[in-house]
Amino acid sequence: MSKKTLFDKVWDSHVVSQVEEGPSVLYIDRHLVHEVTSPQAFAGLDKRGIKVFRPGQTFATPDHNVPTKDQHLTIHDELSRSQVEKLTQNCQNHGVTLFGLNHPYQGVVHVVGPELGITLPGSTMVCGDSHTSTHGAFGAVAFGVGTSEVEMVLATQCIMQPKPKKMKIEVNGTLGKGVTAKDIALYIISKITTAGGTGYFIEYTGSAITNLTMEGRMTLCNLSIESGARGGMIAPDETTFSYVKGREYAPKGADWDKALAYWKTLKTDDGAEFDKVYNFDAADITPMITYGTNPGMGIKITESIPSGADLADTNKNTFMKALQYMGLEGGTKMVGRKVDYVFLGSCTNGRIEDFRAFASFVKGKRKAADTVVWLVPGSKQVEKQCKDEGIDKILEEAGFELRQPGCSACLAMNDDKVPEGKYAVATSNRNFEGRQGPGSRTFLASPLTAAAAAVTGVITDPRELL
Amino acid sequence: MSIDKFVTLESTAIPMPIENVDTDQIIPARFLKATTREGFGENLFRDWRYDKGGSKIPGFVLNDSKYSGKILVGGKNFGSGSSREHAAWAIYDHGFKVVVSSFFADIFKANALNNGLLPVQVSDAFLSKLFSEIEKNPQTKIKVDLENQTITILSTGESEKFDINKYKKTCLLNGYDDIDYLLSMKDKIEVFEKTR
Repeated sequence: MSKKTLFDKVWDSHVVSQVEEGPSVLYIDRHLVHEVTSPQAFAGLDKRGIKVFRPGQTFATPDHNVPTKDQHLTIHDELSRSQVEKLTQNCQNHGVTLFGLNHPYQGVVHVVGPELGITLPGSTMVCGDSHTSTHGAFGAVAFGVGTSEVEMVLATQCIMQPKPKKMKIEVNGTLGKGVTAKDIALYIISKITTAGGTGYFIEYTGSAITNLTMEGRMTLCNLSIESGARGGMIAPDETTFSYVKGREYAPKGADWDKALAYWKTLKTDDGAEFDKVYNFDAADITPMITYGTNPGMGIKITESIPSGADLADTNKNTFMKALQYMGLEGGTKMVGRKVDYVFLGSCTNGRIEDFRAFASFVKGKRKAADTVVWLVPGSKQVEKQCKDEGIDKILEEAGFELRQPGCSACLAMNDDKVPEGKYAVATSNRNFEGRQGPGSRTFLASPLTAAAAAVTGVITDPRELL
Repeated sequence: MSIDKFVTLESTAIPMPIENVDTDQIIPARFLKATTREGFGENLFRDWRYDKGGSKIPGFVLNDSKYSGKILVGGKNFGSGSSREHAAWAIYDHGFKVVVSSFFADIFKANALNNGLLPVQVSDAFLSKLFSEIEKNPQTKIKVDLENQTITILSTGESEKFDINKYKKTCLLNGYDDIDYLLSMKDKIEVFEKTR
């Protein structure tokens, strides 16, 4: 029998049929839906006069548009409200489970899926959101799709996909103090660029990866798309199994035993081949920060911004355009720059571990007076956990306040917008022009680096305050 | 339901020699609040096209009257970032039928194909050639022939083959969409479910 990678095993077992010289018809086990990329898909079904084929395999929650304050009140933005209402109606009409606003399970889809045990090893999973790659942390083949594909899954539980090529990224060694999964991801993307993973599905391996918690693995897999890769996955192990066990939608009893036996087979065979392999050393990774307008434009926090002098003309224009937008000059330092806003949250870093890290860092310190800080839990459950663990109190004592769950300032579809020209240190995933509001300028970094900026008001190497 | 057929197109083109054009630039998130597919063209490249007050920003190619046409020529790594299909809808709604680049992000490419917008991937050299010819003469006509999988600069006769998988090519030439195909496979899908 030919040797297979983890990705091959999961993908191949979900192929319903193969179109000659074309895509695979791929069966999708679990489908997550939110308010922004689904209304046109449900409308397509309604137009055809058909119902959702397997409503039990789709789960919905509003996240992109929702306010992060006063969620018990009506959403004041008319268009946002209409999208959230449309999601509720569509779920009712089609019998889809909805964790609506104020439901104890509402939150960012990619935080909700794992914490409810909807995300399982060895499964296929899609969502009309590019950060669906998050769920690869469990050894699932999970990736983002467009609205037409959302409609395909609703209608048939399948999509048409050409099989991507396979990439292995191995990171060995021990991470230094103050270095997190976010830094690993930003480091990798700075090395392979935002297009380096395009056409591939990544498997992350190596001791620095297997030593990560599930939250850390989710952060890393979440950012796979920022290298252009459709998804990234990590072989499930004891860390994975103990995270999944007992969660609401996870298998129980005999089903659990059977599932576990299968999940244990989900690893890349010795000698299986990848189309591309990268090796990195954990010792080379330090806290990272981006300076430009794509996630590949990242450096070690202590380094200077590149000058761009060595770039070819076409790249140079793009590079200079980015620095101009950011109001930065090549050759200057990042450390010490004023930070107007700090955002902790999103599907990248909105999990309980991120709040624990932020809280333990700021404990006994004070919020910087001139910096606006938005702390947005990834879900109602994360919010509750913060309260149960007393994290909210630690934050309050340091001058911070916990908001309510949603995508928030990651893409600024709600009121959490960074004003034009202002600088934000954000734990989210994209620093594109205008991503956090028209004219906003984003520095991507880890929750620890965000915490350091939140107490000093300037870009600060978190290791100095640990 | 179907997509518009695409066979051949002869048109002038609009050059946008910027790399890594992400879908947040193509259509910013704050314009994703509609519940229908129509009308996104209005906000295509919103923040590059208009200033805060809603006035056109001079110099941006879509505001430059010397350029027009149904072909958008973009820099390398076009369509990266968010999976929002609204990006493909906005480009199509604005009147483009073809996007040319030397490299496309995966999700954007799939979204484009699902909406009858043809992504044509060319070599870096051909892309530079396209930019220089169009900038030299904005009336330069480009021909895209899907059947033969060629893109040609008509004034110089320079031409390049492009790749597209056979299935997607058939879909575009005939205006078929994937959902119809999948719905026709329902029996097979149900059989597959029983084996699991």
